[in-house]
Amino acid sequence: MNAPFKPRNGNPSDLKAAQPSRRDVVVASALVGGSLLVGCSPADLMSAGSKVEVGAFGPFIKIAPDGVVTVISKHLEMGQGNHAGLSAIVAEELDADWTKVLVEQAPANAKLYSNGAMGAQLTGGSSAISNSWEQLRKAGAGARAMFVQAAANKWNVPVGEITVKDSVLTHTSGKTAGFGELLADAAKVPAPTDVKLKDPKTFTLIGTDRVRRKDAQAKSDGTARYTQDVRLPDMLTAVVAHPPLFGAKVKSVDAAEAKKVAGVIDVFEIPTGVAVVAQSTYAARMGREALKIEWDEDKAEKRGSAAITQLFKDIAAGKNTETKWEPFDQRGDVSGLEAAKGAQVFETTYEFPYLAHATMEPMNCVASVDGNKVKMVFGSQGQTLDQLNAAKIVGCLPGSVEIETVFAGGSFGRRATFQSDYSAECVHIAKKIGKGRPVKLVWTREDDMQAGYFRPIVIHAVKVQLDKDGYPAAWRHRIVTQSIMKGSPMPMGKGPDGTAIEGAAGSPYLKATPVVDAQVALPDIGVPVLWWRSVGATHTAFVMEHTIDQLAAKAGKDPVEYRRALYKKAGADRHLAAVDLAVEKAGPKAAEGWTRGVAVHESFGSVVAQVAEVKLENGTPRVGRVVTAIDCGVAVSPDQIAAQMEGGTCYGLSGVLFGEVTLTDGKVDQSNFDRYRVLRINEAPTVETNIVPSGNPPSGVGEPGTPVIGPAVANALFALNKTPTTRLPFVRSEA
Amino acid sequence: MAVTLDINGKPTSVQASPDTPLLWVLRDELGMTGTKFGCGMAQCGACTVHLDGQAIRSCVTPIEAVGTAKITTIEGLGGQHPVQQAWVRHDVPQCGYCQSGQIMSACALLAQKPKPSDEDIDNAMAGNICRCGAYQRIRAAIKDAADTGPPVGEPHADIDEAIVAGSGATHRGAGR
Repeated sequence: MNAPFKPRNGNPSDLKAAQPSRRDVVVASALVGGSLLVGCSPADLMSAGSKVEVGAFGPFIKIAPDGVVTVISKHLEMGQGNHAGLSAIVAEELDADWTKVLVEQAPANAKLYSNGAMGAQLTGGSSAISNSWEQLRKAGAGARAMFVQAAANKWNVPVGEITVKDSVLTHTSGKTAGFGELLADAAKVPAPTDVKLKDPKTFTLIGTDRVRRKDAQAKSDGTARYTQDVRLPDMLTAVVAHPPLFGAKVKSVDAAEAKKVAGVIDVFEIPTGVAVVAQSTYAARMGREALKIEWDEDKAEKRGSAAITQLFKDIAAGKNTETKWEPFDQRGDVSGLEAAKGAQVFETTYEFPYLAHATMEPMNCVASVDGNKVKMVFGSQGQTLDQLNAAKIVGCLPGSVEIETVFAGGSFGRRATFQSDYSAECVHIAKKIGKGRPVKLVWTREDDMQAGYFRPIVIHAVKVQLDKDGYPAAWRHRIVTQSIMKGSPMPMGKGPDGTAIEGAAGSPYLKATPVVDAQVALPDIGVPVLWWRSVGATHTAFVMEHTIDQLAAKAGKDPVEYRRALYKKAGADRHLAAVDLAVEKAGPKAAEGWTRGVAVHESFGSVVAQVAEVKLENGTPRVGRVVTAIDCGVAVSPDQIAAQMEGGTCYGLSGVLFGEVTLTDGKVDQSNFDRYRVLRINEAPTVETNIVPSGNPPSGVGEPGTPVIGPAVANALFALNKTPTTRLPFVRSEA
Repeated sequence: MAVTLDINGKPTSVQASPDTPLLWVLRDELGMTGTKFGCGMAQCGACTVHLDGQAIRSCVTPIEAVGTAKITTIEGLGGQHPVQQAWVRHDVPQCGYCQSGQIMSACALLAQKPKPSDEDIDNAMAGNICRCGAYQRIRAAIKDAADTGPPVGEPHADIDEAIVAGSGATHRGAGR
């Protein structure tokens, strides 16, 4: 659900562009060392060597002789519920019996299973449903047409006299036949090239509460299979000793004691550290504890998080001139703004820390290498990237790298990195072991939390001049953070890294302001950073929404009315509808003892508004009822949308209340849940979800629920005690 | 060395050193992978199993400390336990990785307090982290199981009863 690559302007209609983009070409050229192969599409190139076979009903649908329909999901299920929605889209157009629809994970193949928004097989940007919408509707409708034709041929009747319901075809004469009976004949009907899709008004499954998870039973009885649970004949388990600082290398290693540990098979250096391979997880860990390693820290990042934060603040304040500024929104005459002072000027700075994803399942992977043959089993979020990186290590065609994707115990973005950090590490180890012997790489919680790929530290410096009516006349905005996209083989379009500015860029508040000077600076720091559920919105939503409440207070206006006025100026109708629905459903006033805060933000094509009821308990914010409204286009699976609003709100709240990774002299201070505090059940809010009716194609759901709760809480606290929040998290531990 | 453990009602012999945490014996030696590794230091609850009906963290419980106590794992609930059925009715799991531990903690709670209050649920479940944030549905499912299920005693003793009691229960719970 998290979001590496998004449509450039967040417009879901852009997602259908399936033709190779500049990004595809860049990936392909990275693969072939910079030289483009003429006459060979990037998807062809990336899937070269693949042995994936396609059945009669295409790459997304398999039907068994008993009539059971299996939908093949090109997207990883990491909790976001996309398997429910994706299979419902097929079942709707196929008129399949929903109780006889299964779902399975697609193999890795960039040609068959690329994300239409990204040109690679990758799950992110809250795009699973939106990019699959037309593709899977057509797949379902095509298979349906094949069954109808087969029945028409068999019964010698016109196709127009046949209806389909719950996997049964019926002729006007009363004759019936199920998918199973007609399977052999239907499979011989040529797949139609042009299919008619249903009028959404006639949907009988999509948009109903019948669309439920297909994996709830397996995930409630312990049988759901995650990477951690993969067991293969002769499989070994590996752990890796990583350097204590980012950018450090092994100088020397004494493995004598480690090799004496019962069950340890081998110890060797790999590019990311020292691998200990053993018969079991416990033996591998005991072996690692016995290692004696000297590290070469010459080129390591040795700055602490406090020094990095101060550097970013200095850059934002113009005290450090080495870093280049890149404008992302500039309009009107901004010359007077920097020096402007007085009662109509608002100025503040916000500070955001590093955040760890802290998935329940720490990163892990299973791989085997036999010569140049690679097989991997894991919760791969970016199969095409993971194939490319494995192929580079082993020296084979990327398409020949077999990946069996299994459930991921959470990701929130962590399992998709350009370097395939953990899966590449596993391939290095499996290559050294060789002979096709499977190796399971297990990261402990400590390995996972200290491996970086954090949501970066971010500083926002905001200065707004209000007009005589109290609305923004001029807006100066400076963002300083690390670039997530830098060094990626899949850069976004023109301009600065969109992941650093999205949500400030495109904000209706900036659109409603006549004079704007918004710029970003992206200094290099040696701490790896990554998208974290909702990416740029993790900080931009907070800054824009909390600033608006402070501006409204300065103007002496009600914050909701203030927003409405700005949305009208900006033509932000969907924001207006969402906030109206949330406010209406929240009712006239908060429960006794609670204070309300409102926030609204658009991300991944969807608009979410929340009314949060907050109080302080021993100085700590406590969030009770959260009334949510979301406009996500057609609601394929209302219950899963609700689940994502509930879970997204908890994930966001966990981050703003407690989330903070600190570094001392370059070393990560936190290593487990004892010092990286996360939200627990006694701290969780009750989220009510309301869906704005819409006929637009579906847009994102997995991430848009995450970034809104932070500013809603900050706004409630501001209403309660007039103190703005300029530094997160709300609850700071002594590092 | 060989150790005999009572797991889900069966005496089970395992080869492992006595300091090995029960979690790794279950997962690596016995292939019972329903019990999950999350943190290794009793912070997250993903490894929760029952020892004589009490919820414990198997990641910090060496097998030498188990002795003859009865171990119950998620596999021992049988799949149709009233709590598991409530979990499915409410579509509680998202990524699902923590849910074995959540369910084991919930079963232990209901065995002690058949009608738990919100505060009881907070106290019993605060040791189980869910990063997907399914907490609201966990709470609802526990209350649903308390209202609709048969008495939750020794979990693996009432599987048959649970299957009968839960058959046909497909309505959508008040999960939100």
